[in-house]
Amino acid sequence: MARRAQPLGAVVPAGVAAGALVLALCLGTLAAVAWRAEAGGGLGAADWAAIRFTLFQAALSAGLSCALAIPVARALARRQFAGRGLLITLLGAPFILPVIVGVVGLLALFGRNGMVSAALAPLGLGPVDIYGLHGVLLAHVFFNLPLATRLILQGWLAIPAERFRLAAALGFGPGDVVRRLEVPMLREVLPGAFLVTFLICVTSFAVVLTLGGGPRATTVELAIYHAFRFEFDLGRAALLSLIQFGMCAAAALMALAVTVPGGFGAGLDRPLKRWDADHLGLRMQDAAWLGLAGLFLLVPLALIVLRGLAGLAEMPAAVYAAALRSLVVALVSAAVTVGLALPLALAANRLGGLRGTALQGAGMLAIAASPLVMGTGLFLLLFPVVDPVALALPVTAVVNAAMSLPFALRALGPVLAETERSHGRLADSLGLHGYTRLRLVTLPRLRRPLGFVLGLSAALSMGDLGVIALFADPAQATLPLQLYGLMGAYRMEAAAGAALLLLALSLGLFWIFDRGGRANAAV
Amino acid sequence: MKFPIIATAVLGATTALADMPVLTVYTYDSFVADWGPGPQIETAFEEVCGCDLKFVGAGDGAALLARLQLEGVRTRADVVLGLDTNLTAAAAGTGLFAKHGIEAEFNLPVDWDDDMFLPFDWGYFAFVHDKTRLPDAPDSFEELIAAPDDLKVVIQDPRSSTPGLGLMLWVKAAYGARAPEIWAGLAPHVLTVTKGWSEAYGMFLDGEADMVLSYTTSPAYHLIAEGDDTKAAAPFDEGHYMQIEVAGRIASSEQPELAQSFLNFMLSDAFQSVIATTNWMYPAVTPEGGLPRGFETLITPETALIFAPGEAAKLREEALAEWRDGLSR
Repeated sequence: MARRAQPLGAVVPAGVAAGALVLALCLGTLAAVAWRAEAGGGLGAADWAAIRFTLFQAALSAGLSCALAIPVARALARRQFAGRGLLITLLGAPFILPVIVGVVGLLALFGRNGMVSAALAPLGLGPVDIYGLHGVLLAHVFFNLPLATRLILQGWLAIPAERFRLAAALGFGPGDVVRRLEVPMLREVLPGAFLVTFLICVTSFAVVLTLGGGPRATTVELAIYHAFRFEFDLGRAALLSLIQFGMCAAAALMALAVTVPGGFGAGLDRPLKRWDADHLGLRMQDAAWLGLAGLFLLVPLALIVLRGLAGLAEMPAAVYAAALRSLVVALVSAAVTVGLALPLALAANRLGGLRGTALQGAGMLAIAASPLVMGTGLFLLLFPVVDPVALALPVTAVVNAAMSLPFALRALGPVLAETERSHGRLADSLGLHGYTRLRLVTLPRLRRPLGFVLGLSAALSMGDLGVIALFADPAQATLPLQLYGLMGAYRMEAAAGAALLLLALSLGLFWIFDRGGRANAAV
Repeated sequence: MKFPIIATAVLGATTALADMPVLTVYTYDSFVADWGPGPQIETAFEEVCGCDLKFVGAGDGAALLARLQLEGVRTRADVVLGLDTNLTAAAAGTGLFAKHGIEAEFNLPVDWDDDMFLPFDWGYFAFVHDKTRLPDAPDSFEELIAAPDDLKVVIQDPRSSTPGLGLMLWVKAAYGARAPEIWAGLAPHVLTVTKGWSEAYGMFLDGEADMVLSYTTSPAYHLIAEGDDTKAAAPFDEGHYMQIEVAGRIASSEQPELAQSFLNFMLSDAFQSVIATTNWMYPAVTPEGGLPRGFETLITPETALIFAPGEAAKLREEALAEWRDGLSR
């Protein structure tokens, strides 16, 4: 293969180093916790129940999120309308919301005292009962539909416009387009999208507990809390964390096994026109999907904004200081994410085969980590050397970056592979190598996913409570931590204001960086 | 020239600061928040101690203990403030704490004879409701069980939350061997279980549930800080489980005298008068001026329930299994 013929250059060592850093962060901290553990108990029946429930709800949540994301992404891919770019950004918002804020928004819509219940009351129905497995699924679809939609949409946008032109010339109907173009694309993109949403749902904990309605909805992460706080049994906490990694690794292997490369060949980045989707029926169908997804995702957001407006004036000055701190952490975190993701993706692509996959796997690992175990491990590792509190913010930035890495690799990987497939031979024959090739061939084609990655990682870092809750001093609290602090002091109005500020800053960061990602959206 | 004068002043200040001994107090986050007791207490103590008081926040009470267990003998803490009696047995077990040697009169509903930990505030767990939405709140667990199924309460998970743990022990203290039956009876009324107090209380204020597990002092916040008298705690016939928050000093501290004087200060008016309206709990030693206006409107349970520290630790696993099985039905 052409790429094997090239010298491996500096990219592979850099990528391997990035992968090693993530590995150390995930497994090193786990080992530190296990090392510190005294002889602890094994797994009890309750732990096994938690493992079963975690797998069950995560598989169902991820499946549902991806299934619903397909029609939404398709509608976005084949329609042009005023405000489309804005809609794409706004639809992404639930994913970057801190969990506690998102749940408040969902309850304002679907809760016992929510809008839906209020609308049903005059009919003698309701209140709606959101608590239970269906509530967990609803919340997970709310949080993850945006990401799944974006990942699948990128798949659609990666099909060269020439293929649709050819399809039109050959007189393809909508069914033919589905069979010849869209299904092969989905076979390439869907397993990855499913995997990422599955991983997020595996470690989800506060949402599952709150909307699951009781101890039946116990996940592995909660079992880790139990081991850690209730019994200070570090051994069991580490064991459960390892099981969480195992579940995620198994899911990753399964996703890899069913992924089939698309192979659409090269295109010339011509404007996209979809002759096949011009029927009125299809237009109405797309409008309906976009309308429904828009309502489902945006109404809770609007309710958060409404609640927060009154609270903005109530916010103490500390909130603004926290917001500034969070912004800096978010920007650093975004830079670190790209700094890790780009060499990792390039190296994985260059190495190819099993080694490339293994490298990508290392990069995906952080999402499966238990924040509690990772934070504890980091504390144990840092404490003998330096005051961990002094390093709270840099550590938060790096950990947040590691947490964003799976999404970054998901977004960069396919585009990079496609670039190599379509432009690699030409670049080889022109003797383009190293930095020149990166600058002239690769980076321009990565602009869209890179913008997305920067925006996503900045926004995720903004909203993430992550490991900082374990050893940040309130004097250097981030905005989410400050939000929790206000709630814990009965100051719910001010907290709602802080939530609105957080939402605005996260979305703002995402929007600014993602402009690159939307640059081609008009074509 | 102004500059050298300022420079001297700044240098003078930093050397003065550098000479001052530092007392490090580990506590929970909300204690150190801008609106918590921490800032006022820091100012008051620094006026008398000739030292630099440094509060370090470490999550909540349980996280605080875990942090201490992780740090072990190398801990930088001189004093740990904010453990409660459910945690003191484990805290004493670390062997890190020294005896306080302080004799004091406490305004606690129970006797205090712990020679390692001193209480600084306390409160009762209670179900809080809105009088306008629920005028006739149940006045016992059994009445709550007998109420129509659409009366919903929101509680916290004992595995991740201090009040959640308090409720679990409350039922165990009030009903002993009947606890499983009580949990099964409560199950239809439990709207949901949250990770922490904030989520649950927020849901209650949003009208999601009729009652929330909190403290008898919660209505005082709404009354005093917001002028809202609609919130009330429901007095339960079985009595109410208590939370007593304590502090202790670390034996290996390099500032044993300062740590000891902080513990003495903790029981003085300067500290105790701040507690009621910043931590929203009862001060362990009622200050000279009495409790703030508004606290007289709160319910005062006739029976105070609490397990001795070692007892709570022994009962925990069994009580958790009962809680889980009862609510999983």
